[in-house]
Amino acid sequence: MERNASLQMQQPRGVGWRFVGSLGAGLLRLCGSCGSIAHLWLQTLRQSVEPPYRLRLIVKQMELVGVNSLPVVLVTTTFTGMVLALQSYIAFRRFNAETLVASVVALSITRELGPVITGLMVAGRAGSAMAAEIGTMKVTEQIDALISLATNPVKYLVVPRFLASAVVLPLLTIIADLVGIVGGYIVAVYIFNSNPNVYVRNTTYMLETADVYTGLAKSVVFGMMVSIVGCAEGFHAEEGASGVGRAATRAVVFASLGILISDYFLTALFY
Amino acid sequence: MAMIEFHEVHKSFDDLAVLRGVTLEVERGDSLVVIGTSGCGKSVLIKHIIGLLRPDRGRVVVAGQVVHELSERSLNELRRKLGMLFQNAALFDSMTVGQNVGFFLREQTRLKPRVIAYRVAEKLSLVGLPGTEHLYPAQLSGGMRKRVGLARALAVEPEILLYDEPTTGLDPIRAAAINQLIVAMREQLAVTSIAITHDMQSAYTIADRIAMLYEGAIIFQGTPDEVRRTEQPVVRQFIEGSAVGPIAVD
Ligand SMILES: Nc1ncnc2c1ncn2[C@@H]1O[C@H](COP(=O)(O)OP(=O)(O)OP(=O)(O)O)[C@@H](O)[C@H]1O
Ligand SMILES: [Mg+2]
Repeated sequence: MERNASLQMQQPRGVGWRFVGSLGAGLLRLCGSCGSIAHLWLQTLRQSVEPPYRLRLIVKQMELVGVNSLPVVLVTTTFTGMVLALQSYIAFRRFNAETLVASVVALSITRELGPVITGLMVAGRAGSAMAAEIGTMKVTEQIDALISLATNPVKYLVVPRFLASAVVLPLLTIIADLVGIVGGYIVAVYIFNSNPNVYVRNTTYMLETADVYTGLAKSVVFGMMVSIVGCAEGFHAEEGASGVGRAATRAVVFASLGILISDYFLTALFY
Repeated sequence: MAMIEFHEVHKSFDDLAVLRGVTLEVERGDSLVVIGTSGCGKSVLIKHIIGLLRPDRGRVVVAGQVVHELSERSLNELRRKLGMLFQNAALFDSMTVGQNVGFFLREQTRLKPRVIAYRVAEKLSLVGLPGTEHLYPAQLSGGMRKRVGLARALAVEPEILLYDEPTTGLDPIRAAAINQLIVAMREQLAVTSIAITHDMQSAYTIADRIAMLYEGAIIFQGTPDEVRRTEQPVVRQFIEGSAVGPIAVD
């Protein structure tokens, strides 16, 4: 017992210091990452407007981002719409406000959950794939080979991914909004026996086009963020397979953080 | 004026000082071979010529221009005159052999696809791989990748060629064919070149001059004959491939 107690006395300090130390190192790395991400973002914007415009590469990336992410976006947003209806039904029944369920689902999905969940899913599918692909190119000197062939890697690799993501994310979000609302409808109508006509009327009654547009505007920002973070982490991948793996993980973590944090500020900005 | 000049070039990675004052010149149309022990910084040396690395001190001058002072645009102009074969070939693994070899022509020139296809086929036959356009790098052996990498560098039709170990991993017959190709590039097209190699046979065949990089500096330079006859102990140990001598083996 006594030995245990003394161990416990000592351990918190050691662990505590190490925790502070690694937190500090982590923060420093985070600042470095933010700097390089901002730098890459600016470079990409500049390169985007300069010819040549490689339409073929952009279309190919749109296919990759869209096709990779669509299934998982469909499943997650359907269930999100369903659980939203379920939760709000349970809550609103307590003060007999079940008719509000439709509006709550429609507004939360279009304004918030549609773009955010789509962004997170694309970060997990496409953002990590970008980091892994570019990271592999980095450690096998393919990026150096591009440069030696007088080709700017930001222009050739990042710009198509950036533009494709900025276009595809809102498209995916429109689909996500639709299936999310349908998910809510299914729960309300088939589980809680709401009147389908009333439910549809309540959905459209409260929803304004601005709600949809602000959601889509958010998703454009998320698309840019996911692709830039993915590419930046790829460019900074360290040697070896584990370096590439770490780059892919960091791409997902940083992009998700960026999406959730910027989501607050974008919402505050739009309203 | 020399085509490629190194003036007191220093380069470190963190606290590893790789180049510690390299001074070197290659005349227009000359072929220089750089030899040196594994890890001594030969690849680092030639990456400075193409602007992939930036010297910490000193300067690299190519065709009269200081490489690290050039703008992105002029640097890319310069790179159009340069071809580089990477040590590990560095083929684009998402593209076929044909797309790899034709990359520069497709992305950086206005040539018609038909002309590009013709040139790609021509370069691939030069390196002994005709008709392999449709294969992917993953389907090739190490030596084949190396030769595709060489074809990709040749497709630029450059004035300066940088070969990082062009014959490593090739069988002796293929190696001899590549050596011949390198000699032909110099004799017929007056290409200026720097080749890195561990293979002394190949060095004697392709070099006008041979330079040895040791402990971050050029410790010896001379014609192949001078190298064969030198009494410099480090160079002797290297060309004789002996485990005993001034170069520590650990
Ligand atoms: N980008 C880099 N970052 C950190 N260290 C590097 C980098 N490039 C090279 N080095 C280090 O510089 C040293 C020289 O490397 P280099 O590749 O030039 O050797 P080399 O002479 O080409 O060897 P080899 O004959 O085996 O190819 C090595 O110790 C290597 O670890
Ligand atoms: Mg090397």
